[in-house]
Amino acid sequence: MESVRSDAGPPPGDSALTVKILVAGGFGVGKTTLVSAVSEIRPLRTEEALTEKSIGIDDTTAVQDKTTTTVAMDFGRITLPNGLVLFVFGTPGQDRFWFMWDELAKGALGAVVLVDTRRLADCFASVDYFERRGVPFIIGVNRFEGAARHSPEQVRDALDLPSYVPVIDCDVRDRESAKQVLITLVEHIMRSMSSRRDPGALTH
Amino acid sequence: MAGPHSTGSGAAGRRPPVWHDESNGPVVRPYALTGGRTDHQLAEQFDLVALIVTDEQAAAGLAADGDAAEQVPAGSGASQWAPEPEHEMILALCHTPLSVVEIASELELPLGVVRVLLGDLLDRSLIQVRRPAPVAQFPSERVLKEVIDGIRAL
Repeated sequence: MESVRSDAGPPPGDSALTVKILVAGGFGVGKTTLVSAVSEIRPLRTEEALTEKSIGIDDTTAVQDKTTTTVAMDFGRITLPNGLVLFVFGTPGQDRFWFMWDELAKGALGAVVLVDTRRLADCFASVDYFERRGVPFIIGVNRFEGAARHSPEQVRDALDLPSYVPVIDCDVRDRESAKQVLITLVEHIMRSMSSRRDPGALTH
Repeated sequence: MAGPHSTGSGAAGRRPPVWHDESNGPVVRPYALTGGRTDHQLAEQFDLVALIVTDEQAAAGLAADGDAAEQVPAGSGASQWAPEPEHEMILALCHTPLSVVEIASELELPLGVVRVLLGDLLDRSLIQVRRPAPVAQFPSERVLKEVIDGIRAL
């Protein structure tokens, strides 16, 4: 009898070789587009229903439509040649889903915060969150038609970010550009790790 | 008094369910599948990107038990666990390792529900869990370089 088991799975071991990267930013800023651009699979969607656990911190009085009781997250997957599986999660946009953010941020390698310069304030909450949690992040300034161009330095000033946080231009519809965003993030993670080992290497 | 609708382990000793106002109906609906359980003592095990693998031997045993139970239907087997179809779907999906979040997406069920179902399966050793390595000790510079190379090669 033939085995139906695939040997494409990750090597056996106690730990799964899976890592998470988060994509955050305001509503409609291009999070799902970025996930789609790099994922090897059509982006999947998963939902979490609000239970009594989350209701405690969720202000449902502000919600007009009470049937909106689930939070959706889009995510994609990238299997690397070494067997490592990278999951890229788009974070839910609304503030009322903070409980989901904690779950996503737990064990995350780092985050991309996407910015639309026409609605810069939309990203403040994400930036605050990752700063507080000590999650390494970069800013991706997504190009939108009709948006006045702002240089990365202008965006950095407007967000009051320290010089070591990368701020880059991107067009998340373009796969190469989306890849560059992730590469910039992982390079930043490497730098922040070596500075953690050697705190003197980083000047705040 | 176990039966097909028994809520299984973890139901006893919990605080009584809290009812919200009627318009909040959809809040609890997906949890009908879990007998109303919204949490499982093993839920912590199931990180979003933890990989779940079906224990082939145990799952084969479960299938055999199921066949036997069908042949001797009434009365007997009161102590026997009656898996929901969703439990069986998870076992079928996880012949090759699959992450918790992908299982939830595949089954189109909320993560919380899937975690309860996974807890049931883990209770009975029908699955194995590979938790992701803690991030603090995991990504060596070498691994991160491989990640960068891998993204570049996409």
